[in-house]
Amino acid sequence: MRRPRTPAPLLVPAALAVAFLVLPLAGLLVRTPWSQLGTLLTAPGVGQALRLSLVSATLATLVSVVLGVPLAWVLARSRARGRAVLRALVTVPLVLPPVVGGVALFLVLGRQGIVGRWLAEATGITIPFTTTAVVIAETFVAMPFLVISVEGALRAADARYEDAAATLGADRWTTFRRVTLPLVAPGVAAGAVLCWARALGEFGATITFAGNFPGTTQTMPLAVYLALQRDPQAAIVLSLVLLVVSVATLLLLRDRWLGRGAAA
Amino acid sequence: MTLAARVVVGRGPLTVDVALEVADGEVLAVLGPNGAGKSTLLRVLAGLLPPDGGRVVVDGATWDDVAGRVHLPAHRRPLGMVFQDHLLFPHLSVLDNVAFGPRTRGAPKSAARRAAAAWLERVGIAGLGDRRPGQLSGGQAQRAALARALVGDPALLLLDEPLSALDARTRLAVRAELRRHLADFAGSTVLVTHDPVDAMALADRVVVVEDGAVVQAGAPAEVARHPRTDYVARLVGLSLLPGTAEGLTVRLDGGGVVTVAEPAQGPVLVAVRPESVALYPSRPEGSPRNAWPAVVAGATPHGSTVRCELDGEVPLLADVTATAFAELGLAPGSRVWAVVKASEVAVYAR
Repeated sequence: MRRPRTPAPLLVPAALAVAFLVLPLAGLLVRTPWSQLGTLLTAPGVGQALRLSLVSATLATLVSVVLGVPLAWVLARSRARGRAVLRALVTVPLVLPPVVGGVALFLVLGRQGIVGRWLAEATGITIPFTTTAVVIAETFVAMPFLVISVEGALRAADARYEDAAATLGADRWTTFRRVTLPLVAPGVAAGAVLCWARALGEFGATITFAGNFPGTTQTMPLAVYLALQRDPQAAIVLSLVLLVVSVATLLLLRDRWLGRGAAA
Repeated sequence: MTLAARVVVGRGPLTVDVALEVADGEVLAVLGPNGAGKSTLLRVLAGLLPPDGGRVVVDGATWDDVAGRVHLPAHRRPLGMVFQDHLLFPHLSVLDNVAFGPRTRGAPKSAARRAAAAWLERVGIAGLGDRRPGQLSGGQAQRAALARALVGDPALLLLDEPLSALDARTRLAVRAELRRHLADFAGSTVLVTHDPVDAMALADRVVVVEDGAVVQAGAPAEVARHPRTDYVARLVGLSLLPGTAEGLTVRLDGGGVVTVAEPAQGPVLVAVRPESVALYPSRPEGSPRNAWPAVVAGATPHGSTVRCELDGEVPLLADVTATAFAELGLAPGSRVWAVVKASEVAVYAR
């Protein structure tokens, strides 16, 4: 059977939507000063910001996996009451404006914050305006993506495999490590990539909670914003780098995990 | 007795209350319709579901005792279970699936793999250890699942509809193999099935469960001969005749020849459903190939039909309508001809 032709009233808005999404990116490519690309890319601030971005996004993803996978398991498998409330709370950062998240983190972990003051008095450690703050801000914003993704994978996985493991002598922890986790590995990987991409692009919570210090807290999105005011050419080049990283992430996601996960 | 259990467990509107005893080396089939509580019973025996009442004792060890607040979790019970659709772990090779049990029970990796390889050999899929479960046929997956359940030398083997995921042709072969492995197994076996042929072919004893309660128990042939409820009559009312097949002809051990529709070779069991046996006062015209003279030895009404027990060279059960029974003027001692179409005769290897 042939697919039906797209009706005209849908075709026009669809084409507009494509143009709207693609043209800005095309414009970015058109305006890129290709001849100066090498010079601009090797400017001292760029490498520093890119390295900081990659390191902090990767750390935020690791923290999200270590904490988020167990949380997803609790949301998907435990029979504890109040799970619906817990899920709603956990997903708030998904819809919360990141700036608000940054303010909230500041109020809790800042020098005068509820936990921050105690931490500073007890250990002398202050978190705001450090690279640690960048990682915390990114984790706060990005972890829900991983939790939602892994919870979905856990719900879709056949829990009877866990019964089978139990009849083979595996306790619940062994079952989680050797059966459940491998079964949802594609979901964890997809969630981690989403989480990493979200952390890489994080702006609002980072600038609010961690500030904008080159070398310690100035990540790529912050550098782009700042460069746009001083040196638009540099902003374009930095944006191009982020675009390339994003597209590479998307391709990785589609080919390596989403495609395989959908086929399984 | 290795397994002695009384299980009381509520599942929604249904309350399952079943008592079982299974000796060493014995195979007990729990037979019943879907939703009768068979799988629930098996889950309780496996420790996957805590019962609401009763006790489960295996080899003198108490696995469940609700009054005594004893519940041994599934992973600490020395048992093997074969699930309906096998549930082989898709992320592990076939060999590692079978080695999973020994590994979790503390065997070193190499020893676990050796034991697994020996079992793959034993169930006849030695060459498939490197494959993923997704690359196996239904029959191969069933063999792998059986190897995985038996590798730890369990005290209790639980089979949940082990053949229902297989197509008809594979079933015949796998059923015969399963029968052999069950005969070799030293522990107790509980087999849950809704297929009377599986129960008859595999079990030493049958327990029929309806609506969560045992309605009949006994040897398969005994249950088939004297069904106590209409359901049992319909479900297990099979005449099983041992014989030797050569192509489309089966020479019965008790004498007589049966023509079948599917070719077979060697020792077989022939199964005839009572409702497919027609009775005639004299040898019918057109000389059907499966026609035997017989004497009505007994007759029991079941609903709108009458089950007739036939004596003769080929002993059979026949269900005839009450009207036909009256019109033929049948009574114990009547001489009749029993006729069965070749396509109505099931034949399987024994």
